[in-house]
Amino acid sequence: MKIIENENYKITYNEEDAVVSFEGTLRLGGMGEYAPIVEYLEQAINDSDKLTLILKKLEFLNSSGIAMLSKFVISARNKEGFELSVIGSNETPWQGKSLNNLKRLMPSLTLNLE
Amino acid sequence: MSEVFGSFTVILPEQGTEHMCLSFKPSSVPIKQRWRNNGLSADFLGDYLTTFFPKDDNPQSSKKQAVVKDAAAYIANELLENAMKYSDEKGDVPNSIDLTLLEDKLVFTEINGITQQQEADFKMFIEELQNNDPDELFMRKLEESAMSDTSSGLGYLTMINDYHASLGWQFDVNDGVHKVATQVVISI
Repeated sequence: MKIIENENYKITYNEEDAVVSFEGTLRLGGMGEYAPIVEYLEQAINDSDKLTLILKKLEFLNSSGIAMLSKFVISARNKEGFELSVIGSNETPWQGKSLNNLKRLMPSLTLNLE
Repeated sequence: MSEVFGSFTVILPEQGTEHMCLSFKPSSVPIKQRWRNNGLSADFLGDYLTTFFPKDDNPQSSKKQAVVKDAAAYIANELLENAMKYSDEKGDVPNSIDLTLLEDKLVFTEINGITQQQEADFKMFIEELQNNDPDELFMRKLEESAMSDTSSGLGYLTMINDYHASLGWQFDVNDGVHKVATQVVISI
């Protein structure tokens, strides 16, 4: 289990189950500040042929964070045969509005809003 | 001299059922130290609005409150982040964000000082926004952000595409001081 966290957010990577979970609020100051998280996600793509991203407890994501998630989804799309699932929440309004854009970037992505 | 792009309306405080304005001095502390205030201010504006969208026995009221709070916090945060990244740090113009609640709309007006170069770059982006289909431009910018490590303009594009916002800008020059007011309107 690998974890990146600070007082506002926590990102957990369970390598055994190929699951990355996000919690809290992510409002970092631009793509440069998201680079460590992008590296972490790229590692998860390299480790396996499938991954589940659980965003249900991610209450807030700024536009730089949306760019970070998009970058990750495009990397996943570029790895042939890679299976990506994203699980979000209908209770968190931004997820209902913005997560569908990830599926537009990678049509084979499975998106579930619970 | 004023130059207006998009949909921009001067709204007087008394026109709204509720009105709030926050103002900051951009040069008083370094941007890194000030960054967290964007989130604090945006969350405050979102929370403040919940008073006017109380929950009652109808489950829709709870959903409405959450939607308004979420949209206000997202839009205010993006406007404040942009103001901090792209304002004239050496100038004396305070950054301000004004939120007015109208009967069926929320109006955000954010003002900051801007250098001539920043103004030229900003106008180029506005022109790109006005001359392209926002949905296509959004998807293109998402693809580009993966290649270039920049996310420029994505905040405005998410407001338009995901929050169905209408945007407008007013550029002013007074005694050589350049200012831009960005206005975002969403239906509620």
